[in-house]
Amino acid sequence: MTSGNLAFAEAMRQINPDVVAAYPITPSTEIPMKFAEYVADGVVDTEYVAVESEHSAITACVGASVAGGRVMTASSANGVALMHEIFPIAASFRAPIVFGLVNRCLGAPVNIHCDHSDSMPERDSGWVQIYCEDAQEVYDTVLLAVRLAEHDDVLTPVFVCQDGFITSHCYEPVEFLPDDVVKEFVGERKSRYPLLDVDNPVSYGSFTMSEHYFEIKRTQIEGMNNVPRVYGGVMSELSGLTGREYPAVDCYRTDDADYVIVIMSSAAGVVKDVTDELRRGGVKAGCLRVRMFRPFPSEELKSALAGKKGVAILDRSASIGGTAPLAAEAKSALYSLRDHPPISEYIFGLGGRDFFPDDARRVFSDLASGENEGKVNYIGLLEDE
Amino acid sequence: MVDTMNGTIEVRWHGRGGQGAKSASAILAEVLFEEGKHVQAFPEYGAERQGAPIRAYNRVSNSPIRRRCGVQNPDIVVVVDPTLVESANPSEGCADDAIYLVNTPEDAKILRKRMKLADSARLLAVDATRITLEELGQNKPNAPLLGALSHVFDDVPVESFANHFSKKMAKLSPKVLEANRRAMLRGREEAVIV
Repeated sequence: MTSGNLAFAEAMRQINPDVVAAYPITPSTEIPMKFAEYVADGVVDTEYVAVESEHSAITACVGASVAGGRVMTASSANGVALMHEIFPIAASFRAPIVFGLVNRCLGAPVNIHCDHSDSMPERDSGWVQIYCEDAQEVYDTVLLAVRLAEHDDVLTPVFVCQDGFITSHCYEPVEFLPDDVVKEFVGERKSRYPLLDVDNPVSYGSFTMSEHYFEIKRTQIEGMNNVPRVYGGVMSELSGLTGREYPAVDCYRTDDADYVIVIMSSAAGVVKDVTDELRRGGVKAGCLRVRMFRPFPSEELKSALAGKKGVAILDRSASIGGTAPLAAEAKSALYSLRDHPPISEYIFGLGGRDFFPDDARRVFSDLASGENEGKVNYIGLLEDE
Repeated sequence: MVDTMNGTIEVRWHGRGGQGAKSASAILAEVLFEEGKHVQAFPEYGAERQGAPIRAYNRVSNSPIRRRCGVQNPDIVVVVDPTLVESANPSEGCADDAIYLVNTPEDAKILRKRMKLADSARLLAVDATRITLEELGQNKPNAPLLGALSHVFDDVPVESFANHFSKKMAKLSPKVLEANRRAMLRGREEAVIV
């Protein structure tokens, strides 16, 4: 029995990274707290850097990572926002940091609860983003993320996201692998261009005007494009050890479905329950959970949603003045289908507003009636009561 | 008393910050997990102040639990603090045949009438505060409440609760552990079911 946060910390203990620099913030606090305990107790030999802000935390992580170390950290909400300046630098330095991002809404107003408004602004920072549904998936994904980030064809930092409180503070059964199995699975990091190799001097963070900047970005794009291939290999290796599979999209009863809800993270559980319930009543419902948001699994979405009678895209963050992040990606992916399915968009769960079975039932019934097609709808607002 | 063979049993705890409702819900989940059940334990996080009303939840099932929303229609309600019977609306969202476990010095029948429970509801009343004041010298009502809950989850022997509690609190002195164990067993013995 453990929580999403403690499952992340347990994976960190087993991985035993070279450097962790962190500045705790709710709801991810337990990750550095528990890990600092491991450091103090000598169960890991990690260099733990206590810093004075999130900006310093991620900066120290970048330095340690380009020096050749295996580096991890965690943060949430405005802590993530304060790191924003450094995220694209980490990605551009090809610093394979593994980051526990425990989703919490951005202030103001001050609120400690979950939505995805902290991670979504970082979607263009050049990092891989993976969103987990439960604590077991968090644990497994941390192990996958180390291998994925450090792979020579990828060399890209990874956010492992979980829903604040809902996943991070829920106690549930989680199966851990033995220490030696994890150690062997993650191996040692072999940095090709470590900053501290004085015999083969390299430079990071140099000045590059228009003659090379574009090329650097192009290599980053290629690294990201390699993620699906590398991820597939690493995932099948891990699932050989655990029996659990985590494809980029989690398709639940979508094959023969008429109506599909597209959603991310912990809220998918309720949609799967309601899917089963509706199926018992003869309604062909389905749930598609987008697990990998960067790189976005466009092809998987296209093939899973082609020909459906109705698709609802549920975002746990808004892009005020524009299309919400998941809806924008999904619609863009479906655009190239000759006949794309009717799409309705929903915003839900901002600031931790709960998402209940009744909410999912209502979306499915809207899909059947076609009532909310082509517009943006809101779930559970007080104005609807 | 409850049947976890069919569907998921949901529990809602009403306590006050610092009273241990969150730990009690975690211990309940761990005990039932060790008995082979699928479980969740999660508190509702608000402003964390000592004495403020808080809620915590459990789900228990024989199959994996996927939903992660708050519990709206609990099968079992535990009231950790007697003053919350009035202020926390413990029967909110409950079906008529819900089970209530209340820490109270009050007579069970009178309390039942005062709570206006339906005929099919069951109420377990136990003076957990008095038991822990006598056994531990402190108002820490968790142990007797968990003992009383062994009537509700009657496919789990009370010893599983007692042993788990001792294991979990292994850092405490043997004297304190023994007092907790007595408090838990007394909670089971002294619970009045009406």
